[in-house]
Amino acid sequence: MMPFVTYISPEGSETTIDAQAGTSAMQAAVMNGVDGIVGDCGGNLMCATCHVYVPDVWLSRLSDRGEIEDEMLEEAVSPREDCSRLSCQIVLTDDLNGIVLHLPEEQI
Amino acid sequence: MAGVVIVGAGLAGAQTAIALRQNNFAGPITLIGQEQVPPYQRPPLSKNYLKGTMEASGVHVRPELFWLENDVELRTGTAAAEIDRDGQVVTLADGEVIEYDHLVLATGASNRVIPHAAGMPGVFDLRTLDDADALRPYLEPGSELVVVGGGFIGLEVAAAAREREARVTVIEALDRVMARVVSPEMSTFFQRLHEAQGVRVLTKTQVQDLLENGRRMHVLLNDTRKLAASCVLVGIGVVPNVELARRCDLEIEDGIVVNDHLLTSDPNISAIGDCAFYPCAISGRQHRLESIQNATDQARCVAARLTDNPEPYVAVPWFWTEQFGRTLQIAGVAPSSAESVFRGRAAEERFSVCRFVDGRLSAVESVNQPADHIAARKLLASGAADRITREQVADVDTPLKSLVLAAQR
Repeated sequence: MMPFVTYISPEGSETTIDAQAGTSAMQAAVMNGVDGIVGDCGGNLMCATCHVYVPDVWLSRLSDRGEIEDEMLEEAVSPREDCSRLSCQIVLTDDLNGIVLHLPEEQI
Repeated sequence: MAGVVIVGAGLAGAQTAIALRQNNFAGPITLIGQEQVPPYQRPPLSKNYLKGTMEASGVHVRPELFWLENDVELRTGTAAAEIDRDGQVVTLADGEVIEYDHLVLATGASNRVIPHAAGMPGVFDLRTLDDADALRPYLEPGSELVVVGGGFIGLEVAAAAREREARVTVIEALDRVMARVVSPEMSTFFQRLHEAQGVRVLTKTQVQDLLENGRRMHVLLNDTRKLAASCVLVGIGVVPNVELARRCDLEIEDGIVVNDHLLTSDPNISAIGDCAFYPCAISGRQHRLESIQNATDQARCVAARLTDNPEPYVAVPWFWTEQFGRTLQIAGVAPSSAESVFRGRAAEERFSVCRFVDGRLSAVESVNQPADHIAARKLLASGAADRITREQVADVDTPLKSLVLAAQR
């Protein structure tokens, strides 16, 4: 099964893609040309350029933020919220089929 | 309009093209790469890709269609042979001539080799996807890997091989591993980590000779010891690719010399990434850096200038390495002679080593202390690092973050 994921830009435009299960929401965005996700460090928690806001209904299904992700979000250019995550840490599984991610104004 | 020509399709070159289009640059972009494959990320090649937990499709900077859709003329499998600065043209190895308004040299670096051993079966170095593919089959139980050079690459490969139950020996000429890039305290931590995981680490040791012996190799050391190996990985540093620049008389030091806007001595030519010898606003010195951060941030700086938004390059360098599940995060750069101030709890594997040069905080190396790492980036970026004392950073009960805030007041 290919979990699908929807990215919503700050202006409200939606992009939905079929992702390969097991890839991260950052990788899926970059490899499908979704503007608004940068992913400079390749998913190594060294930058905060794949920042997303996760709606509550999906947030509760994600594993908790790790310590490094938590600190790295301090580096995010757009405001950090309780629902902020780094999308490189969101591994797309069948459980997350249909997940919606809101993109911030800026990543760099 | 002749547009922008980028020589080198590594991360720096690729990122220049991406950033130019993001900045709505409308002219032609030509991206010239020696390798056959489209641009990809190199860090995984010594980590997850090598371990087999990541596929080749995962390392590509962008999908192949991206370059077409964004009107980037991607020329892989071809090298730039000559630059005519007066005529503003680049000649490719096959004789084709490409005009430029602006030329970006992102030629990268080449691995140093052991002269007579290069190309010997069983002797590898690691820079490309092909290199990683060739090396990977040797990382298996029972395989005997000798790693020459205890730098980032050597130790990352050693860890990947050990995790796959190969027998591993690391040979380092200096008295400690990663001596060029980290503090003595951090070298000791990682050497002990490797030894605890069963890697044999021989410092102050050099390779005298490499001998083929059927399907195996013999590695002769300068202390007369002889190691058997099924595979040898050479990771003894790099040299910047400056020949193209040298032949057209650009200024060369340990890399292509650029100013604080990353321009070479020719106003129509920039140099970025591993090959660029630039004045670092953070360290106050002129040097090259080999890192993802340096490649991407320098690419964006040049792309901004070429789209009428010139700013000097002032980014804080950061690096990381991952070995046996431990991530070392480094902010800033410090020479090996820098003074170390320890911060944290070594026994819990949670600590930072703060590096001072002439009394000024220049770099912070952190293991399992991401808060220190992030605060260090801010301290270095804001210039607040200049006012931080050794006593302040040594106090583990004072978060580095509070020093950032204090300095801002």
